[in-house]
Order: sequence, then C-alpha cells, then structure tokens
Amino acid sequence: MTRPRVATVSLAGCFGCHMAFLDMDERLVTLMARVEFDRSPLTDLKTFTRRCDIGIIEGGCCNEENVHTLIEFRRNCDVLIALGQCAIMGGLPAMRNAIMHADDPLRECLEEAYLTGPYLRNLTRHVPNDPALPLILDKVYPCSDIVDIDIQIPGCAPSGDIIFDTLTALLDGTFHGFDRARLRFD
Amino acid sequence: MTTAPGDLPEDAIRAICAGFGNDRHRMLDILLGVQARQCWISPAAMETIAAATGLTRIAVEGVASFYSFLSLSPKGRVPIRLCDDIVDRFAGLDAVAAAFEAELGIRVGQTTPDGAVSLELTPCIGMCDQAPAAMVGDLVATRLTPDRARALARALRQGLSPTEALVADHDRLSPLARAKAQVEDNIRQAGEVLLGAVPLDAGIAAARAMTPAAIIDAVETSGLRGCGGAGFTTGRKWRLAASAPDDHRVVICNADEGEPGTFKDRVLLTDRADLVIEGMAICARAIGGREGILYLRGEYVYLRDHLQDALAVARARGVLGDGFDIRIQLGAGAYVCGEEGALISSCEGLPGEPKTRPPFPVTRGYLGHPTVVNNVETFAHVARILDRGPDWFRAMGTDKSRGTKLFSVSGDCARPGVYELPWGLTLRELLALAGGEDAAAVQVGGPSGTMVGRDGFDRRLGYEDLATGGAVIVFSPRRNILEIVDYYLSFFVHESCGYCTPCRVGNVFLKKAVEKFRKGQADEADIAYLKELSATIIETSRCGLGMTSPNPVLTSLENLPLVWAAVTRPRKDGLKATFDIQAAIEGGRRIARRRSYIFDRDFSE
Repeated sequence: MTRPRVATVSLAGCFGCHMAFLDMDERLVTLMARVEFDRSPLTDLKTFTRRCDIGIIEGGCCNEENVHTLIEFRRNCDVLIALGQCAIMGGLPAMRNAIMHADDPLRECLEEAYLTGPYLRNLTRHVPNDPALPLILDKVYPCSDIVDIDIQIPGCAPSGDIIFDTLTALLDGTFHGFDRARLRFD
Repeated sequence: MTTAPGDLPEDAIRAICAGFGNDRHRMLDILLGVQARQCWISPAAMETIAAATGLTRIAVEGVASFYSFLSLSPKGRVPIRLCDDIVDRFAGLDAVAAAFEAELGIRVGQTTPDGAVSLELTPCIGMCDQAPAAMVGDLVATRLTPDRARALARALRQGLSPTEALVADHDRLSPLARAKAQVEDNIRQAGEVLLGAVPLDAGIAAARAMTPAAIIDAVETSGLRGCGGAGFTTGRKWRLAASAPDDHRVVICNADEGEPGTFKDRVLLTDRADLVIEGMAICARAIGGREGILYLRGEYVYLRDHLQDALAVARARGVLGDGFDIRIQLGAGAYVCGEEGALISSCEGLPGEPKTRPPFPVTRGYLGHPTVVNNVETFAHVARILDRGPDWFRAMGTDKSRGTKLFSVSGDCARPGVYELPWGLTLRELLALAGGEDAAAVQVGGPSGTMVGRDGFDRRLGYEDLATGGAVIVFSPRRNILEIVDYYLSFFVHESCGYCTPCRVGNVFLKKAVEKFRKGQADEADIAYLKELSATIIETSRCGLGMTSPNPVLTSLENLPLVWAAVTRPRKDGLKATFDIQAAIEGGRRIARRRSYIFDRDFSE
C-alpha cells in the first residue's frame, strides 16, 4: 500500500507556519513514516508529481501567482487545509486592505510601501516592476474566497502540537473538528 | 460648509424652540420647524437648539441625523422625494426619475444650483395604488408620467409653490378637498364596519353611558386584535394599561403606516378621521387617558391640516376636552418608528430607536407613563364596536380574526385600492375582486410578511394562516421574484436603526448572499447559509424589524423554491464562483502597464 501524499506551500505568508510545522520536532519522524511529501518547500519540488491526499496552504493570496498556485493545489489535492491566520483570514498582509477609501488604493499602497513611507531607503525611487514579478491583486484574499477549503487550523502560527494532532487524526480517519480548549490562544 | 445663504438668524431658531416651550421632548417638532424654514439643520442651529432645550449639541445631532427628512446639508426649498418602492419601480419610476433629472438639470441626490429644488429617493410613501408617486415638498403627486414630471419640474423652476403646481383652485378648497385633489382614495369595496355609512359620535355616546371597565369588556368580547400587523388583543392591552398604577395614562394612535404596500390608514385618516379620533377618546375613557398623540408619518404631512381641522371639530363637538386632548406628532421618514417602542422614543424627542422590553409600554411607555399604542384602523373599529355592540363585530370574520379588515391591494392588478372585507377570505377571492388573477406571487403583509406562490392562493387571510397588517402586493409572472426579495432587503438595510448588530450587519450580509444568487454564482451551500443567517438575525435582533426582515427570503424559499433552484448551480471544481481573477488583477495590470503571464491569453501563440 502506498503512503498518503502530502503537499505544502507558502503563499502570502511569512513561512512561520512552515516553521511551526517543524515544531512538531521528533514527531516529524513519526509523520514521515506514515506519509510521503510531494510538492513542498520541504522537498523543494516545484510541481506536483501526482495527485495528493492532503494539501496544506500557508498564507492568503496577494498576487496572481498565489491564485494560480492555490487553484493548482485545489485541483490536485483531495483535502485542502488552510494553515494559520493568513490562509484563513488574510492575516497581516491583509492590513493593506484597510487602504480602501483612497481614489486609487492600490497605487497609494505601493507608493507608501516603496516611495513615500517615512522609514524607507529605496535608492531606485521606483516601484518594482520587473516583468518576472507576478501582478499584485486589488486586495489580499483569504484562501476560502478563492477555492473551497476543507479544514482550517487556526493560530499565528498554529502550534506544532495542533498540526501534528490534526494530521494524525486525519490519517486515522478520526478527525471531527477541534477540541474547544485547543482553540484558546490567550 | 457651516452656513448657507438661506440660514435663519439665531433669534428665529430660538423662537421656534420657544414655540414648543423649549421642551426637549418636542425635539422632532423643533427640528422639523427649522428644516422647513432653512432647508437643513445647520451646525449653528444645533448649537442654538441645544442651548435652548438644555441638551448637548451631540444629543440634538443624534436626533437630526436619525431621520431621513432632516438634513445635515443644505437642501432645496422644495424637496422632491420620489417613491422608490418596488411597485413604483415596476410602474415606471426610472422614466419619471429621468424626466425630473433632465428637466431640472440635476441627478437624484442633488440640488439645483439656485437652491430651489432637490431630488431624492425615499422608500414607500403609501401611494402604491397610484404609483409612481412622489412627495413634492409637503404635498404628494401621484400617477406620475415622464410628461407630468417634466411639467411639474418646469412649474417649480418657474417659482410656483408645490400647492400652486399640484392643486388647482387651492385657495378655495378645504384642507380635506386639497388632500383629495392630490391623492385618490381608491375605495374599491366598502364593508359594513369602517368604509360603509357610519353615524357620527354614536360610539363615544355609547361609551359615555358605560363604565371604563365595561368598555374594556366590550372591546375584549368583540375579539378585536391590533390592525397594525402584530395582532395583539386590543382589550387585553387596554386592561393592562388601565391596571398600571399611574394617574397619567397616554393614548397614542400609530399612523406611521410605513410597511411598504400599506395605505389603508391613509384612506381612514382622509375619510374617517372623526371615527379614529372617537376611538382614541373611547380608549382614553376606558383606561383613564389624560393625553393623546396621533403619530402621523412624515410622508402623510399633506393630511396634517385636515387632521387639525378634524381635531378642532372633535373639540367643538365635545368628543375631546374634559381632560383628554390629542396632539399630532409628525414623523420624519423612519420606518422603524412604526414599532411601538421606537414610536414612543420619537414622540419623546429622541432618535426613533426601539426600547428594551420589558417594561412594555402599557406599564411604562411615553415619558414613563402607561401607554396604549394602537393602529389607526384599530381605533376606528373600537368606535364602531361601541356603537353596534361587540356581538355584531364578533359575528364577522373567523375564530381568531374577528370583524372586517382593510386590505391595501397594489401591484399588478386591474383594480388596486382599499378593500374592506371580513377576515377569512382566500387570497384567490381577493385577487378576483382586485383583478389580479394571473398573479405569479403575492406578498401578503408587506416585506415583513409572507410571499405566497400560486399554489398558496387558497390560503386564508387571518391570524390562523396569513396574518397581515393590510398590505397585499400582487406580482405578475413578468416580475423577477429575486429582484423583489433583493429590493425588500435593501429596504430593511436602509431602515434598520443600527442599534443592534444582528439587524444592522446581518441584513447587509443577507442582501449580499441574495445578490450572489442573482449573479448566478450560488450553489446549494448558499441556500443553507441563507437559512442559517436568517435564523440568527431573527433570534438575536432587538425589535420586530430584525425579527421579520429575513421573511422575504425565508417565505420565498418556502413557497417559491423553484425560483431559487433555477439560479442555483452545483460546482464540481472546488473554485469559488464569486472570485473574479480578471477584476482582481485589473488594478495591478494598469499600474504595472503589462499583461498577466498567467491569466491573459498570449496572442503570440
């Protein structure tokens, strides 16, 4: 019997959720014994080698490439997990969505980030616009605005424990939501 | 801008305040007075009013900003308020609005540069039987056509007053005749109780021969229930108020007929004002009322002079007086003020926000006194019940719905108007009378009521099944049901007082969810979401507005499920239909000045 395949990706996030993934420490070995990692920063595979059982998304979508990647994950994974607040709600990057009352919010956002912000040192005096850069979206979208998400693991970042327990329960076929006590972060 | 050319001097504003005894409870009257004279409530005026009434400015602004007929920016001397009800829209509002815009040279929401006329939209003004209609200053213009709109706009621009423009021979007419010149009654069916021949003062004469307790017994025996929509037993309400320990009790007539599609109170106030006043006087006698208020919705201000006349006549005949009199409290365009707590708040000079219940108004109402709030029609019924006896009334209608009811029928039917009929008839019978047999759907009870499809036309009108405050809106098969539902939600979003979150925010979410269906982006999960969100709004809202606002969604889902199913599409790819990548990258594409390598087609291939 082949082991279930897992893919992960970081979209508009800080890689903190992937770091939290590593926080499951020696239990990683336990997990590795049960699953095979496909496309993931952990394997450095950039494309899917075959269909996966579980896809784990860190971060929301701030540019077109994020959208493209997210749709690929949806098409190639049976169960899609949004890991952490950025994937679930947009998180910190979504703070730029608050610039909404300007005449041209996107331009104002870019200008503040690269030209007019008080703590900048941008010697080129340009907003980066290399053709290789993906186009920025009008706002930061949570993953569930773009594709169906099956499971959300909350936290910023979620603890290694909750990630390990959720994945284990999923593999055992015993996942029925989170224990309320686990959802407290204070 | 803090002043406008037509602003009143401070003395004039102080004089308006003094005219109402500098009484903070008359704040709405004071503000309406200022609005009428200087066409807006300026910051300076608010300071002056605050000083005169001993309030803070922010308290005055809280009231001024609540009501849509009070304006915090300068408006035209003649505000034209086009009735934006769904019935008016279907009757050609767009063309009328375009004619006004073209002739006045302004858009809806704007004021002409000379400050003469402003043009805006307002929810139902109670003229659905003669739509499209508009308020023109304090007057009403009905059955508008683009030609009529242009002529009216021209007359106003030439400096004619609304009265001169709308009512021929106005100076020779009585206030009643002037009202009738503007608005047709459209009484299609006169019943035995209210709209047939009615003797003058017979009810109050009978009541004078009875003890207060006997009057309440008679009203209770008759089985009369409140005609505003909720249907609380009138006799029991009076008994509760009569037994509340206080010397000062208050009788309020709720003439804030705001439920879209309802206009039967308009007809009663026009043709049976004496009966309504009589009913209030009987109530005062029964409960020991010392003070009476007739809360007239701002949209019916064209009836004010007529009602003042009717009150003067009632005083002269001795119906009023002897420790009980009635004043008219004019509203200012807020649907929620039809809710009794909000109505009392409004009478007290506060923003029209509902009150926390309990205590109920019958124990602590207007200014803390026990208060009976009844609908116009209820009071008119009372006068007739006292005249003819409770058994006469009880013999009509059904077990739980005694007597007759006024139905305001409008929309796609040949004979829109007011029908007085005994409770218990089927919708099909009413549609046959009104000439609306080919209807595809009927909205019974207005937006907060029930939408019924063809297979429900044999249901009976009454508290047993289809309860209604009177509105019956007929929709032909040509109408888009979801457009109607969407409109009603936008009405509730507009009219929510904003006090509680489930109503203020929930209705916006509900409207967005319905829009998703209209765009063809909804799947089965969205139906479940509509139901779940509706249940939350109903369960957690503070007053009747939020408890009924999801009804257009819920009742159409229940009674016209195919309409919803037709625009529900199952999705198999797991992608959200609402996400539009082209719209999302358009701004980025514009700023970067290049195409997308991922989502734009590469034409070089």
